[in-house]
Amino acid sequence: MSAGPERGGDRAPALGWVRRRLGAGRAGPIRPGQLSAWFATPAILLGLAFTLGPMIVVAVFSLMAQPTTGTGVEMRFSTKAYEHFFMQESFTGESRFDPRYLRVFAVSAALALGVTVLCVALAFPIAVWMSTRTPRAQNMLLLAVTIPFWTNLLVRTYAWMLILAESGPANSFLAFLGVEPTQMLYTWQAAFVGLVYTFLPFAILPIYSAVAGFDFALAEAAYDLGAGKLAVLRKVIWPAASGGVVSAVALCLVPAFGSYVQPVLLGGGRLVMVGSLIASQFGEARNWPFGAALSVIILVLTLLGALALMRWTKRSAQKVTLAV
Amino acid sequence: MSAASSAWTPRPPVPAPLRGAADLADARRQGLTALALRKTFQSQEGAEVRALDGVSLEILRGEFFVLLGPSGCGKTTLLRAIAGLEPLDSGEIYLGDTHIDILPPAKRPVNTVFQSYALFPHLTVWENVAFGLRMEKQPKDQIAARVAEMLDLVQLAGVGGRKPNQLSGGQQQRVALARALAKEPRVLLLDEPLSALDLKLRRGMQGELKRIQRETGITFVFVTHDQEEALTLGDRIAVFSEGQAVQIGTPEEIYDHPVNRFVADFIGETNFIASDIGERDGHLTAWIGGVEFPLGPRAGRAAAGESATLAVRPENVQLTPAAGAALTGTLTELAYMGTDLRCRITLADAVELRARVAPPFALAHLAPGGPVGVAIDPADVKVVAD
Repeated sequence: MSAGPERGGDRAPALGWVRRRLGAGRAGPIRPGQLSAWFATPAILLGLAFTLGPMIVVAVFSLMAQPTTGTGVEMRFSTKAYEHFFMQESFTGESRFDPRYLRVFAVSAALALGVTVLCVALAFPIAVWMSTRTPRAQNMLLLAVTIPFWTNLLVRTYAWMLILAESGPANSFLAFLGVEPTQMLYTWQAAFVGLVYTFLPFAILPIYSAVAGFDFALAEAAYDLGAGKLAVLRKVIWPAASGGVVSAVALCLVPAFGSYVQPVLLGGGRLVMVGSLIASQFGEARNWPFGAALSVIILVLTLLGALALMRWTKRSAQKVTLAV
Repeated sequence: MSAASSAWTPRPPVPAPLRGAADLADARRQGLTALALRKTFQSQEGAEVRALDGVSLEILRGEFFVLLGPSGCGKTTLLRAIAGLEPLDSGEIYLGDTHIDILPPAKRPVNTVFQSYALFPHLTVWENVAFGLRMEKQPKDQIAARVAEMLDLVQLAGVGGRKPNQLSGGQQQRVALARALAKEPRVLLLDEPLSALDLKLRRGMQGELKRIQRETGITFVFVTHDQEEALTLGDRIAVFSEGQAVQIGTPEEIYDHPVNRFVADFIGETNFIASDIGERDGHLTAWIGGVEFPLGPRAGRAAAGESATLAVRPENVQLTPAAGAALTGTLTELAYMGTDLRCRITLADAVELRARVAPPFALAHLAPGGPVGVAIDPADVKVVAD
């Protein structure tokens, strides 16, 4: 870009240039009461530092070597962390394929998928039901859905530990029904219940927001044009709700995959998910590069998943998905 | 989607205008009959609202029938009951010989144009119009032909690929019309379809609706709160008030012979004058501004010795020079409206009259604040029930 003299014979060409640079954005000259877009620069830089910054640190750490003693990383390039994911090196120095970490990923993915399916299946009727109440009732219900957010996740998970404990209310209820009490806590099922409990509101809210604005005159129009109940659901309500469902899937699947609190507290030592695997690398295992590499792998997988989702749903309504 | 597909069977011929008693009986037998419909709602405050309070009416086949009334009078409830979207407390609806109020909406040969248009936002114009036909599982080429025909009918042949939000209000309205007509309903229900359009567009669409109704021969039941629209469009009009059809008749009948004060007030502008009814030479008479008027044979129900309400349309009040006039008053207000002059006159006994003076305007005797003569043809004086 050249800062040449003004064609129009401006008395202070340099000032004019500055003014145009600072003032006129792509949307044309600024109007009274409007600030130049450049004023957002500090906030954008700070935002970038807080979002991209940690990720860059993690990515860099994953490409460094593990120090022979102590924790942290050695400032030396190495891809060993990534090799460690697939391969195991024996004492004699030969590498062979090691599926243990892949299995952890598969278990995590399967559990997260199950949690997501159940959450969405429960959330859809709840959200549709909510959206058909009176405005007052809808506000109350919305409040009720968000109540769990007021309490710390850890506290709520401890509550589940109490509920599922051997002498807890769940087993008392089973005893009342005449069923033999069972070990509930420290099983993968307990972690599953905890995850469904945690992510249900995250499934309800986006679906509700997609359905809440639904114009039921559309359903009436469909009935009027000869559609049955099922056809109305499939052809009219579903297209309106699908954006919300996609958001719900994204909001449940990704965090559930990397969840840490529920598998550790409710699943006990028997259930190793990615979250606890990573945590242990920065803790007991003292392998920071491997922990960072695992995080990068999850990040890449999530990114690929999001891209696939975007491809799959090319509609503008689903921009919401990536926004959340 | 080729417009000319031979697979499409032609529609039944448009019924000819009614010619005689036999035709009328036929149209009546194949029309829509509502018998003693009742529907009560619970309002937000918990009060009972009688949306339909024993409504019975007969709509002829091929008729443009208008349901007119203020908001909350039950006209939309009646429309929704015919469509099957509003369950009735009691009463029966017949289409020809078929008892339709026991059928679900999808099974009734009736389609609706909704006030909000209710176009499916995720479907294109073409898919919107095809929706009902696809629900019937019609063959693809038939659907294509029918959709093309419908888009032609509403003059939207070029926009089939667009989404509803890419259309103007008037275009959306046409799509809603095409979608409802595509299934060839025996009755088309229109719920204030023009209320969202601006005045000029509304005028245009009124003409369009009339044309389409004539071309298709389908019975139209049209809900509106706009009396001018009702008079323009309706073959017959039912005026609704508080859940009841107060008067059913042709636009002329309703305008010239309103059955009560509500109808006279709702349709057009009316002067209401309280008067005693007297009798002279075997004729009933009434008094306006202290001058006695003989009542015509079609003035309405009245009896000598009673007090009554007289109704006089402003356009039937003539203004003359005050000198030599039997009835005089003071011209208090004069407003120029382009097409006419709107005047307000106070008569000797403090009765207020509104008058409309049509061009050419003879302004010499019309001075605000000055005296003016008032002439009313006794035939234009009506007695209305309160």
